[in-house]
Amino acid sequence: MKPAPFSYERPRDLDAALSMLAASNGSAKILAGGQSLGPMLNLRLVQPELIVDISGLAELKRADIFGEELVLGALVTHADIEDGRVVDVTRGAMRGVAANIAYRAVRNRGTIGGSLSHADPAADWISALSALGARVTLRSLAGARTMAIEAFVVGALESALQAGEVVEAIHVPTRSASAHWGYAKSCRKTGEFAHAIGAVLIDPAAATARVVIGAIDTAPIVVTDAAGLFGGRIAADYKERFDARFADALLARAGIDDVVQRHIHVGVLRRAVQEAAA
Amino acid sequence: MRGRGQYVADIRLAGLQDVAFVRSPQAHARIRGIHVPERHRGSVFTSADLVGIKPIRAVSGLPGFKISEQPVLATGKVRQVGELVAMCVAPTRAEAEDIAASVTLDLEELPAVTDMLKAREPGSALVHEHWGDNVFLETNYEVDISAALDAPIKVTREISTARQCMSPLEGRGVVATFDRRLDQLTLHSAAQMPHITRSGLAECLGMEEGQIRVISPDVGGGFGHKGILLPEEVCLSWLTMQRGHPVRWIEDRREHLVASSNCREHHYRITLYADRDGTLRGIDCEATVDSGAYSSYPFSACLEAAQVASILPGPYKMPAYRCRTFSVATNKCPILPYRGVARTGVCFALELMLDLVAAEAGLEPGEVRLRNLVLPEQMPFDNITKKHFDSGDYPEAMRRALAAVDIDAIRVRQGRGEADGRRIGVGVSIYCEQAAHGTSVYSGWGIPMVPGHEQASARLTPDGGLELRVGVHSHGQGMETTLAQVAHEMLGIDVAKIRIVLGDTALTPYSTGTWGSRSMVMAGGAVATACRELGERAKRIGAKLLQHDPASVVLQNGEVRGVNGSVSLKVIAHTWYRRPQDLPADVDPGGLEVTQGYKPVRDSGTFSYAAHAAVVAVDPDLGEVEILDYVIVEDGGVLVNPLVVDGQIYGGLAQGIGTALYEEMPFDASGQPLATTLADYLLPGATEVPAARLDHMETPSPYTQFGVKGIGEGGAIAPPAAIANAVNDALRPLGVELMQSPITPHRVVEAVLAARAAARSAA
Repeated sequence: MKPAPFSYERPRDLDAALSMLAASNGSAKILAGGQSLGPMLNLRLVQPELIVDISGLAELKRADIFGEELVLGALVTHADIEDGRVVDVTRGAMRGVAANIAYRAVRNRGTIGGSLSHADPAADWISALSALGARVTLRSLAGARTMAIEAFVVGALESALQAGEVVEAIHVPTRSASAHWGYAKSCRKTGEFAHAIGAVLIDPAAATARVVIGAIDTAPIVVTDAAGLFGGRIAADYKERFDARFADALLARAGIDDVVQRHIHVGVLRRAVQEAAA
Repeated sequence: MRGRGQYVADIRLAGLQDVAFVRSPQAHARIRGIHVPERHRGSVFTSADLVGIKPIRAVSGLPGFKISEQPVLATGKVRQVGELVAMCVAPTRAEAEDIAASVTLDLEELPAVTDMLKAREPGSALVHEHWGDNVFLETNYEVDISAALDAPIKVTREISTARQCMSPLEGRGVVATFDRRLDQLTLHSAAQMPHITRSGLAECLGMEEGQIRVISPDVGGGFGHKGILLPEEVCLSWLTMQRGHPVRWIEDRREHLVASSNCREHHYRITLYADRDGTLRGIDCEATVDSGAYSSYPFSACLEAAQVASILPGPYKMPAYRCRTFSVATNKCPILPYRGVARTGVCFALELMLDLVAAEAGLEPGEVRLRNLVLPEQMPFDNITKKHFDSGDYPEAMRRALAAVDIDAIRVRQGRGEADGRRIGVGVSIYCEQAAHGTSVYSGWGIPMVPGHEQASARLTPDGGLELRVGVHSHGQGMETTLAQVAHEMLGIDVAKIRIVLGDTALTPYSTGTWGSRSMVMAGGAVATACRELGERAKRIGAKLLQHDPASVVLQNGEVRGVNGSVSLKVIAHTWYRRPQDLPADVDPGGLEVTQGYKPVRDSGTFSYAAHAAVVAVDPDLGEVEILDYVIVEDGGVLVNPLVVDGQIYGGLAQGIGTALYEEMPFDASGQPLATTLADYLLPGATEVPAARLDHMETPSPYTQFGVKGIGEGGAIAPPAAIANAVNDALRPLGVELMQSPITPHRVVEAVLAARAAARSAA
């Protein structure tokens, strides 16, 4: 389990990194925390000609509030969030998610941008940030573009990233005072990837809800208008109105044929709804 | 823990080069060609290069056994994913892997044999064509089964345990080097049984045993995985002699998971017969074990299945019994005896069935056990398969376990229900662990290894210290501590001055090594015997120095004492080695170094045992199982070191929990192993292993030195049964029954949904 030979660069700034990526014509991989890329290299599942190690780029480690949103640099680690070293606009929601990602050793090195870029359906951030209504900024030499997380993740291990592009920042909207948050997942054991994730951001006062069913074989199911899951309207009694059959139908429509898997996903989502209402 | 261990991978030799193997990507295929790029010729070796090297053969003498030959590099066919096809050598492992990646194989895919039950059917594809079928061995055992058939309770089920990987922290590893001056091959290998490895190597390489030295340094867990002769060991031995420089291969985790050895895959069709009061009338069983593609040296492909027939009845009394077993060849890794060997599967099958008998009889599961377990007054006891139980009080262990989990309080709690919607269940299991069984047992198997007298050498050093040399090995069991305790018991020498030498064929007496929970009984007995003789010799010298009659002195607290005074072993040693001029001319010339052999009074084995009780909470919607409480009441005879015993039990429990809830190596229909990393092959971690409560009973074995019994494997035997019974107890009101390990969330929910559907269609 040793990687195939590759070249290695550790650029000093983002522009240099983008230039290297552009010059590589798609044969480069970006290394940030390396928590997924490392094993994939060792298993020779990826054999890039060039590794561009961006872990030294200070400009991607910042966390700043601009207006109503928090902008997190792509290199902010899970542990930075778990430990409160970066400011939180989600009233603890992101800290709670971060604290249960894999193991502490992974959280120390793993980055939020790296997790999104890898787009593993079973990872936490793609589901949690979709529910929180976050957006992501991608940058290349040609410029930057910003899109919703659910638009960014297009499939299992597939994102909207194009050759030469890097995740630069994540924009997290401030969670309103009336919005309830629930996040649940089922893992075979502590620290393992989840086999079911439910994430909900429900605002009964505003009668809105964002609901995510994650850790399925493809991109998470993101329901931005989730009234159907609660019998047609979102109000204070949403927990009682949770419609398991509606959730099951969503999963079936997403191609989850295994009734057992669907049952577990619905159960986990119910758990997230209950947590939000608690 | 100071990080000072020296494992095979820590060995540094000048000129060392690394080996990576080209392994079969297919489970079953004919090899049409192996293409090596021109630039790598000379660094890649195939079976055509290994002239004169014999395949690995592990033949059982049991009638009807079919022989497999495992070529160390594949010839003609590959029969499992991961089988060695070519050996690549380079200055570093990464470069060797680059070379391996450049080698291309031209394989003609053959239908893979992946299902052991289908493999028994006529018309199945064949792993070894010349056999005509896929059965290594079929055995039959029967005692009057017809007497049970009219029993009022008859319960029949199919029960299975998943294929597992043993997963020691340290994998296998080999560093081979050849000394031209000594004409000696030295093989450093992470091995439990260095002397057996040497015999197997000599057979495959066509060398004299004296030309081979096997050194097993610190070993990070064995569990059976390090008990077999590896094709890699043969390959690297050949390679270092060809190349003239040391070579190394270190098993990586993917190789361990997909290519090495597996364990535990059993299937049972089993019927229990009982009276209305739960009294067992008989067992009828057909057991099949997936033995994989080859018979491994030295245990063979049939030890596991054939053992099932003899150990299934365990500590229970019954008048009728029948068991038919099949060891089946498939296109998978060879199966090896893993901690607990066949007992874990047998315990799982029988203890799950006893809970069903209890349900039929309307009795507490514990009550059914108590009704059928052998009683202390029946000891020693020969059970229906002639297993000779040396001692113990099995019902007492069960009663203590039931009391410790407070079975009555759990029943009350179950009646109340849980606020979180989970369901509570309690399960028990009990087993016996035959350990340190010797010549009379193993000669019957006719495998390449039969343990005889175990030997130990004891040498008093000139400064009064003690060196002990034993042929068993320590891979985490703490034998450096426990064997020193035994020597201290015999000679009174401070344990700090006792050194244990093990793991080197050049330095230790021959032994079959460490397996079968035998080392404390066998090597402990041998150390005691050697130390006793050493003490006698020291007494004779001491008596001379004290000018006493040798019959009138005693050895106490490291001194030879007579009525006129005493002389320490240190002085005796100093005189013997450094001042022989002080010894009288007629001194015993035998000196202060002895090798002695030992066998227990009976070599049919010691029987340790334990009752396990688990309390679990099961979430029927998510299928999650949490262990709330776990109790083990263990009787391992006289405990040499209770702390070491507790460590063995905790470690075994962790592995048993892995079997119960997590570990499974699935295969697809083409024979591809599907869990290729530890993200897919789940091992229990610290948070999955509860703080179990241990209770000890100490019934001495009447047959062994000090009354000790072997206990190394027991912890891994009973947990799958106790946990499965607890899960089934929790879910029985829903009509759910799980008869397969591991109990995964998917299997739980699947069973819950099926039971709900059945209830709906019934209504």
